[in-house]
Amino acid sequence: MITLQHMMVISGLLFALSVAGIFINRRNVILLLMCIELLLLSANFNFVAFSRWLGNIDGQVFVFFILTVAAAESAIGLAILVVLFRKRRSIDVEDLATLKG
Amino acid sequence: MLVQILFYAFATVLMGSALGVILSRNPVHSALYLVLAFFTSAALWLLIEAEFLAIVLVLVYVGAVMVLFLFVVMMLDINVEEVRKGFTRHAWLGWLTVLALVAEIVGVVAVKQLGIDVTKAAVPVAADHSNTAELGKVLYTTYVYPFELAAVVLLVAIVAAIVLTMRKRQGLKLQDVGAQVATRREDRVRLVKMQAERRE
Repeated sequence: MITLQHMMVISGLLFALSVAGIFINRRNVILLLMCIELLLLSANFNFVAFSRWLGNIDGQVFVFFILTVAAAESAIGLAILVVLFRKRRSIDVEDLATLKG
Repeated sequence: MLVQILFYAFATVLMGSALGVILSRNPVHSALYLVLAFFTSAALWLLIEAEFLAIVLVLVYVGAVMVLFLFVVMMLDINVEEVRKGFTRHAWLGWLTVLALVAEIVGVVAVKQLGIDVTKAAVPVAADHSNTAELGKVLYTTYVYPFELAAVVLLVAIVAAIVLTMRKRQGLKLQDVGAQVATRREDRVRLVKMQAERRE
């Protein structure tokens, strides 16, 4: 028997791991993008699980929209990454200090 | 019982592949682990009877987004060793964050007062119940306006990605149809008046 608790624990662990990934890989932009995809996946887990257990389909519609926006985000993010690599020959976050932020 | 065994198997693989994504030294390996994570998530969603989204996850993520990721990772010539130089310096901060997040999540899950009983299995659906049909009914009636907006978002993303990555190569000879059509006679032909010369 799978309970809602199981799904919440999975989603939580996945979220925690991807946040750790953002800390660990904070120099590599492409891995940051991958960790963001994992983060969105863990949020989707919660949406799907609660939609299923509450018997309300609206949560799954929301996941559908999250998938759409995530696809658009990663497409634009990778396009920016390609342009960045062409200009700088590196994708290291430490090199992106032109604005002295 | 079988469902439970499958659930724990897929959950273990999911956690392992998530660890692989964040810890592997090569970005290509990370991308492949992410593909595995999406596949096992789709399997888990199938287990809790969200069939349509499971298939969409495989088609959209594994089929499109991850292929894009792999393409970019392999196209960019990244010096892996240099990128991973500062790897261990901030690792303790990452694991500290993980511990804090896990503690918070356990706190929330242990409360058991979310309006529903979180320790019960979901109500099983009928055998002839179609998740896709149910989702479609809502998507094309209640949520038809956000659905159109999602289409517009995708269109804008396509245009933005193409415009960002398009570039003119230097020294490339291309036909400019506009300039060809706009050419006048005076640009091409020059009539010179001169006396006829006698042949020797």
